[in-house]
Amino acid sequence: MNPLQTLRFAVAGLAANKVRSALTMLGVLIGVAAVILLLAVGNGSSQAVKDSIEKLGTNSLTVTSGSGFGSESSATTVKPLTVDDAKALADPKQAPDVESVAPEVTTSQTAIYQGTSHTVSQVVGTYPAYFEASNSKVAKGDYFSDDDVLNSRKVAVIGSTTATDVFGTVNPVGKQMVLGGTPFTVVGVLQTKGGTGFQDPDDVVIAPLPTVQNAFTGFGSLNQILVEAKSSSATTAAQNEITTVLMGQHDITDPTALDFQVSNQASLLTTQASTNQTFTVLLGAVAAISLLVGGIGITNIMLVTVAERTREIGIRKAIGAPKGVILGQFLAESTLLSLIGGGLGVAVGLLGSRFKIVGITPVVIPESVVGAFAIAVAIGLFFGSYPAKRAASLRPIEALRHE
Amino acid sequence: MIGSLRQRRRGADADANAMPDPDSLGGQGPWGPPPVIEVRALRKVYGHGEAAVHALKGPDDPEGGEPLGVELTVEQGDFVAVMGSSGSGKSTLMNILGCLDVPTHGRYLLDGIDVGGLDEHQLSLVRNRKIGFVFQSFNLIPRTPALDQVELPLAYAGVKSAERRRRAEAALTLVGLGDRMDHRPNELSGGQQQRVAVARALVTAPAMLLADEPTGNLDSHSTEEVLAIIDRLNASGRTVVLITHEDEVARHAKRVLRLVDGRVVDDVRQAPVDGPPPALRDPAAFAAAPGGGR
Ligand SMILES: Nc1ncnc2c1ncn2[C@@H]1O[C@H](COP(=O)(O)OP(=O)(O)OP(=O)(O)O)[C@@H](O)[C@H]1O
Ligand SMILES: [Mg+2]
Repeated sequence: MNPLQTLRFAVAGLAANKVRSALTMLGVLIGVAAVILLLAVGNGSSQAVKDSIEKLGTNSLTVTSGSGFGSESSATTVKPLTVDDAKALADPKQAPDVESVAPEVTTSQTAIYQGTSHTVSQVVGTYPAYFEASNSKVAKGDYFSDDDVLNSRKVAVIGSTTATDVFGTVNPVGKQMVLGGTPFTVVGVLQTKGGTGFQDPDDVVIAPLPTVQNAFTGFGSLNQILVEAKSSSATTAAQNEITTVLMGQHDITDPTALDFQVSNQASLLTTQASTNQTFTVLLGAVAAISLLVGGIGITNIMLVTVAERTREIGIRKAIGAPKGVILGQFLAESTLLSLIGGGLGVAVGLLGSRFKIVGITPVVIPESVVGAFAIAVAIGLFFGSYPAKRAASLRPIEALRHE
Repeated sequence: MIGSLRQRRRGADADANAMPDPDSLGGQGPWGPPPVIEVRALRKVYGHGEAAVHALKGPDDPEGGEPLGVELTVEQGDFVAVMGSSGSGKSTLMNILGCLDVPTHGRYLLDGIDVGGLDEHQLSLVRNRKIGFVFQSFNLIPRTPALDQVELPLAYAGVKSAERRRRAEAALTLVGLGDRMDHRPNELSGGQQQRVAVARALVTAPAMLLADEPTGNLDSHSTEEVLAIIDRLNASGRTVVLITHEDEVARHAKRVLRLVDGRVVDDVRQAPVDGPPPALRDPAAFAAAPGGGR
């Protein structure tokens, strides 16, 4: 009995009951595809967070006004952040670990260009250091310069969403748009950052601080100060220096009564990433359950099949089939079923992961493909061959009398 | 494999009977060929203790011990009909003869080989090459065309595909189903299914055909067709053992055994072992005899 003959028997066996074979295969397929897809979605979302951490830059710190949510600070009066505070932070003698400082005011304005109007969710007035600290790079044109800031020029660097929404297909560099009634000349367009949050980080206009203060916010307080540390390992030192400097600036002596907050964006996102980790683990559990259910499905069908086919095994034994040949046939049948089902499952899983699922681009984990396939095939093989082995060990007459 | 069995059997016989010349065995010796079937003190008990059913037991021991078991010898070329009421142990005996079941006590020698000493794989070879078994309930493999059914024993015997097809077609033609080769069991009548089963049993050219009520589910016309095939097989030298409840069927046999309660109570010879079975000896007289016509 050669392997080819055994294979031919197996194919004939599968073809003899097409519905049963198709259902078994479907069970394997769904199990495998579900595991691959669910894990890819989980992985995709944590990958997205990781990417946005990298986009932010790991050495940037944000100083915001107020005691902050949930802090035990007992500050009674809150002094707003000012340009003077920013200037103090930029002093290398007081804060040697600080690389650059960018004071920020933020507002929202409507931009108009040749009749097209678009509300820009974030209009930022700041210094050129902002670009470096916030990891914003221009794709077209250039950044504005310190000179532009000193002279309060009406120039702006805009995000890619703003560029397409306001200018359409026109190259915005050198064009003039009207922002909240004030004409601004676009000098640069930022690279697309992409993002996962509610706010589109690419819908932004960045202009020199005094220009924005003059036109929209007035020369009062800042919304926040973006500080870049010398290196990612220096962020903690820089954070302490900032605290000390600002305590001096705001005449605070009690370190528990601060009226400002220094936060590390990267650490915020790390928390988010760990939340995501939990999410992935959860999805993994769901995937494992679906594989289990798929496995039980295969097992069930195989068991029913063998019960149904025990008589057939008896007949085959009665006409002289050696036990090995019978086992070979059943093993080949279940191998074929689980290989084809598993293969189709991998195909469906990979195909499905090319589409965005609930706003997440799935990223397939290669191990999950190999693992899900291997487990499905192993379950198919075990439960295909074990009951067959039991049936083939019976005396022919026992198998024939089986009901 | 069968060759090595033969080898083994010679060795065993030489040991048991202290034969001086093993070469005198194997069929050409002065004692003639060994009987195809030799059953010694055969007993079959189902279950244990109170609930035990003695399906085969043979005569009671005069000294009051265990029953002595069934003794039976069937010569090469014989045609034996086994009769008896329901539950008398006919199928039990037949299943043991067909190596489908094992006896509780006693020995079964097939062509001189003690079947009890064979392992699983050797048994499958014996079932495949030496025995053709026909069941009352046909026992065809579901959803499989007739030709494939008949090819199956040959496939298990390792016969090449083309040769297999040729022999399966010849066997199906022999049973008159040359035009039904691609039909599945559910597309065949009962008589046709039984003829497929007969073709499957004889396709490997086994020395022995065992049939458990082969005509039990068939009408008189199909019965005659199947019996005609069996008669011809016996005439060509095959040993046939069949179980039946009908005297018309038993008339075809050369020897009729009657079982009651697991014992052989009657053993009648209707025709000599050598020569054709009664139906082919004098067809005209056979058809004219009482119970022969339809
Ligand atoms: N697997 C089994 N387990 C228990 N008892 C059995 C089994 N098979 C047969 N028997 C019993 O053994 C006895 C003989 O059964 P067997 O099948 O040999 O009868 P039979 O002569 O073939 O009858 P029939 O003409 O009805 O086919 C019966 O009493 C039956 O109940
Ligand atoms: Mg019976």
